[in-house]
Amino acid sequence: MAQVDNRAGRRLVAGIPLFWLLLFFLIPFLIVLKISFSEVQLAMPPFAPLFHWVNGWPRPKLHFGNYGFLFTDPLYIDAYLYSLKVAFVSTCCCLLIGYPMAYAIAHANSTWRTVLLMMIVLPFWTSFLLRVYAWIGLLKNNGVINNVLIYLGIIHEPMPMLQSDFAVYIGIVYSYLPFMILPLYSNLEKHDPTLLEAAADLGANPMIAFFRITLPQSVPGIIAGSLLVFIPAVGEYVVPSLLGRTDQLMIGRVLSDEFFENRDWPVASAVAILILLALVIPIMFFQHYQRRELEAQK
Amino acid sequence: MKTSKGVFSRTALVFGLVFLYVPILSMIVFSFNNSRLVTVWDSAHSPTLKWYGELLSNGQIVGAAWLSIRIALLAATGAVILGTLTGVALARFGPFRGRTLLSGMTTAPIVMPEVITGLSLLLMFVALEQLIGWPKGSGALTITLSHITFCMAYVTVVVQSRLVGFDESLEEAAMDLGARPATVFFRVTLPLIIPAILSGWLLAFTLSWDDLVITQFVAGPGSSTLPMVIFSKVRLGVSPDVNALATIMVLLVSTGIITSAVWMRYQTRRRERDEQLAAAANL
Repeated sequence: MAQVDNRAGRRLVAGIPLFWLLLFFLIPFLIVLKISFSEVQLAMPPFAPLFHWVNGWPRPKLHFGNYGFLFTDPLYIDAYLYSLKVAFVSTCCCLLIGYPMAYAIAHANSTWRTVLLMMIVLPFWTSFLLRVYAWIGLLKNNGVINNVLIYLGIIHEPMPMLQSDFAVYIGIVYSYLPFMILPLYSNLEKHDPTLLEAAADLGANPMIAFFRITLPQSVPGIIAGSLLVFIPAVGEYVVPSLLGRTDQLMIGRVLSDEFFENRDWPVASAVAILILLALVIPIMFFQHYQRRELEAQK
Repeated sequence: MKTSKGVFSRTALVFGLVFLYVPILSMIVFSFNNSRLVTVWDSAHSPTLKWYGELLSNGQIVGAAWLSIRIALLAATGAVILGTLTGVALARFGPFRGRTLLSGMTTAPIVMPEVITGLSLLLMFVALEQLIGWPKGSGALTITLSHITFCMAYVTVVVQSRLVGFDESLEEAAMDLGARPATVFFRVTLPLIIPAILSGWLLAFTLSWDDLVITQFVAGPGSSTLPMVIFSKVRLGVSPDVNALATIMVLLVSTGIITSAVWMRYQTRRRERDEQLAAAANL
């Protein structure tokens, strides 16, 4: 009796979230995929049905024009490649800044460690939008950085920094840095210090010991942190909208413009599928890492 | 040699923290500036609280904040319920049919670019409305449903990692003593994971409160959340009352985080002391 009860209960516990995620996560993607093959039309919703009824049987009418369109207009490919470049460069910067920070936190004593971790996490809890907005005030022509540099006599004319690639890198690195530091920290903190002592006893200098022992061991943390930065950065919308160039859009902005400005839902869906194609392998890598991390704690 | 590496990483840490905090501090400082030019300090009339007054008398901002709070309360609660169920299923049920699917669907939303999640959810709501006539149009309901979906992933991760940190012997002991599964959950498992559920709820609340991109897709023309109002304001340039808003939010969040950290430290200390007393009593 208890066994039957148990199984029914378990089915319910796993079944409810499974149903929810199927309805609100998986099926929506299938709908995006479907609409990316539909033809746009002036109606509500603004796309033609994918299936035609012929003698009582549904017959799909796939329309590849949306994808073809993306490859004929250089705007889309440009935005796509630019987004991949921005995400890649930002990820590298995050890694270069975040690694030494995570290293220093992992080597601090336990009181400092708690305080430092809290200081890393705190900005993450305050509004993402407002933190990006703060950079407008710092970077603009009569902003804080230019004013300070002019006051110090380092420059005489304000340096244009807003609406540039540089501003986008700053914005993305700034908002995603905690996502790089936390997985790196949780990896570095688990390292066995006796390995480094052994290396030192065998005559390795700390530089060599770092590159031969610490760095290879921290590869899982590097991968997890990089994926947590790279994948969302490709589709980033807020940072380039507030800080970025007006003559070069990122692909997330293109998607949203197609949807809101041009009301071309099929092309917006095709753009979404294209972004996903670039990200499906990194996302699977991330899932693999996440699963291993959670199981390793056992 | 050893110290030189320590010095390097410590210097990097200090610079990194400066990088993280200078923008936030600059917003706080300039929220007290009298000048409308935001970044030019008007020393004759500053500091002033006038932007705070303007902020609180701005009906649009206060209304949007109120809507955001209601949505975040509902979304965080929904996400905690679904995320806890998922976390328990993934951490305790062993292999079952649909497990890979479930765990895949919980980790993917964490990294998924928000424009894609937003677009797909809206298209699904439109299709659903065509099919069954529900939900009627977009608004607070569709925003809440979407927020529950992307927040529950975070709750799942927090709850699951707390659960795998505990072994199952306590739950097994309760089972052996004849407790029904529901009783075991509410009397044994739930008290163990309450800290994870609480931090999951806070995380979900913050994420929902803060979300712009997904919300823009699924919000109808009538409902504007606080991030949507802020975004349309700052797109036109810096505005001093947004600085005041940021300052209020930073103060609230840091007070909350510091209080909870101190409270958790106190709890740990008390538990340790109790354990020591118990050990001493056994001698």
